[in-house]
Amino acid sequence: MPELGPVLLTLALASITTLLLLIIGTPLAWWLAYTRSRFKPVIEAVTALPLVLPPTVLGFYLLVLFSPNASLGSFWVTVTGTTLAFSFTGLVLASIVYSLPFMVQPLQTAFEAVGREPLEAAATLGASPRDAFFTVAAPMATRGFITASVLTFAHTIGEFGVVLMVGGNIPGRTKVISIAIYEHVETLNYAEAHTLSAGLLIFSFAVLLAIYALNRRAPLHVG
Amino acid sequence: MSDDPVLFMDVRIAIEAFELTVEHELPLTGVTALFGHSGSGKTTLLRVFAGLERGAKGRVAFNGEVWQKTSPDPFFLPPEQRAVGYVFQDARLFPHLTVAGNLAFAEQRASGRGHPIKRDAVVARFGLEPLLARNPTTLSGGERQRVAIARALVTRPRLLLMDEPLSALDARRRAEILPYIARLPAEFGVPVIYVTHAVDEVAYLADSMIVLSEGRKVADGPVAETLARLDLGPATGRFEAGVVLEASVARHDKAFRLTELALGHAALFVPLIDAPAGTAVRLRVRARDVALAIRRPEEISSRNILEGRILEIVEEPETAFAETLLDVDGGRIRARVTRQAVSDLQLTVGAKVFAVIKSISLAGGVSTLVAAADGDV
Repeated sequence: MPELGPVLLTLALASITTLLLLIIGTPLAWWLAYTRSRFKPVIEAVTALPLVLPPTVLGFYLLVLFSPNASLGSFWVTVTGTTLAFSFTGLVLASIVYSLPFMVQPLQTAFEAVGREPLEAAATLGASPRDAFFTVAAPMATRGFITASVLTFAHTIGEFGVVLMVGGNIPGRTKVISIAIYEHVETLNYAEAHTLSAGLLIFSFAVLLAIYALNRRAPLHVG
Repeated sequence: MSDDPVLFMDVRIAIEAFELTVEHELPLTGVTALFGHSGSGKTTLLRVFAGLERGAKGRVAFNGEVWQKTSPDPFFLPPEQRAVGYVFQDARLFPHLTVAGNLAFAEQRASGRGHPIKRDAVVARFGLEPLLARNPTTLSGGERQRVAIARALVTRPRLLLMDEPLSALDARRRAEILPYIARLPAEFGVPVIYVTHAVDEVAYLADSMIVLSEGRKVADGPVAETLARLDLGPATGRFEAGVVLEASVARHDKAFRLTELALGHAALFVPLIDAPAGTAVRLRVRARDVALAIRRPEEISSRNILEGRILEIVEEPETAFAETLLDVDGGRIRARVTRQAVSDLQLTVGAKVFAVIKSISLAGGVSTLVAAADGDV
């Protein structure tokens, strides 16, 4: 029987990260899809950075930022009395940065596929921009939301380098599955490492299979 | 009518290299055609009315209610608050909703400021009952546009804007939908501004028209008068140029399957139409279908020969042709003849001529639209 602690912690981290990224990523993806601003390429590049940076680089800068000597870190200590580094909250923040492109890019593509046309039609039918988002753009981009959420969730589950840098290995707080596997291998506990690794492998495959199967199907219809 | 709404516009908008500048006060009765070739700015102007072009400068007001102005105090009423219906060229039905869902979307957001149009009346009028449960992606082009028009109507708009709604359809489907559009103002109490580059649609639908060319208004007025103007040249098209005449059904000749129409005191013949005597009909006569003669031609197959006087001759030095405008009993006719003919026949303003009309199409007024006569009379 594998230890459940890291599994539950990982699921909690992935769920919270996905939820928060839905809230942060949707307006960002919306802006990127519809803006004519000349700053669009800059924002797009920044959003894509976590895709190409080694997780250790990202983790290093986040760790620096989380330090009680840095502005963000000291602000957090003042407000909450705890440090961000080596805490679950710190892991959530790091995961949000790390998984940002996995939420924003599918959503941006989905919004671009919806285009301006249906939104113009909605406006002439009396829908405010907010109304049109919830009743036209979001339903038309349903598959984009599903793809983005699933990818973000799966990607967060698989993160290692950033967690190691920012969170360390504290059972119940920052010891997620990938860290647990690493620790099992280091202590030559291959049986436990196998269980967790195989679990992660099967889970990842199932997720990708679900997404590709979904993308093959005809567009979603409701109502 | 004095209580007709008025749309005031004094707008400038630049989109890349293109610039549109139009100042006009438009009384909204029946159907107004916004006519011009592609690139003339007609769709852009329609989008300005709807509030879809935020970059437009100047002023737009509907019955004194300001919709947008850039000075003195900038103001922009967003499209959803203008209570204006818009029918797009590509219908733009929502694919995630059924036909009924699309209509409900519009109905739930109805402004209540226009004529109290009932959803059921619209569904019945456009024959949408069998389509209600369908998904828009499964509809034909004609069905899609019928749903789009119906969807715009149930928002109870104060003004209905239509952007070439028939351009993607074949002649048969167009002929099916045109009568619906022609009757919208009378039936649902909503004035229509109709963008098109097709003269036959203008002739069929519109009461008045604005002609745009290269981002400028070049003419406006009643359709019959405007189409008869020779000075507009390419703006109203050469190939399709022609006039609209108002005639009435005189009698039918069942044996030869012809209908005699009265134009002033003159008689015109068209293939038998299904309308009782006295019915007003609108005819379209293209300039290129009219030949001129100095004496009344005899022993000729054409049945439609009108006596008239030349009002205007405009020669086109860069082509072989000249445009002429004739005054005939009951209206004006344009004839496109060669410059050589003008010279040989010594055609001058004021000269008496006979117009030999090779083809007449019925442009409206009768229940069955005959898009074009199958043979010339």
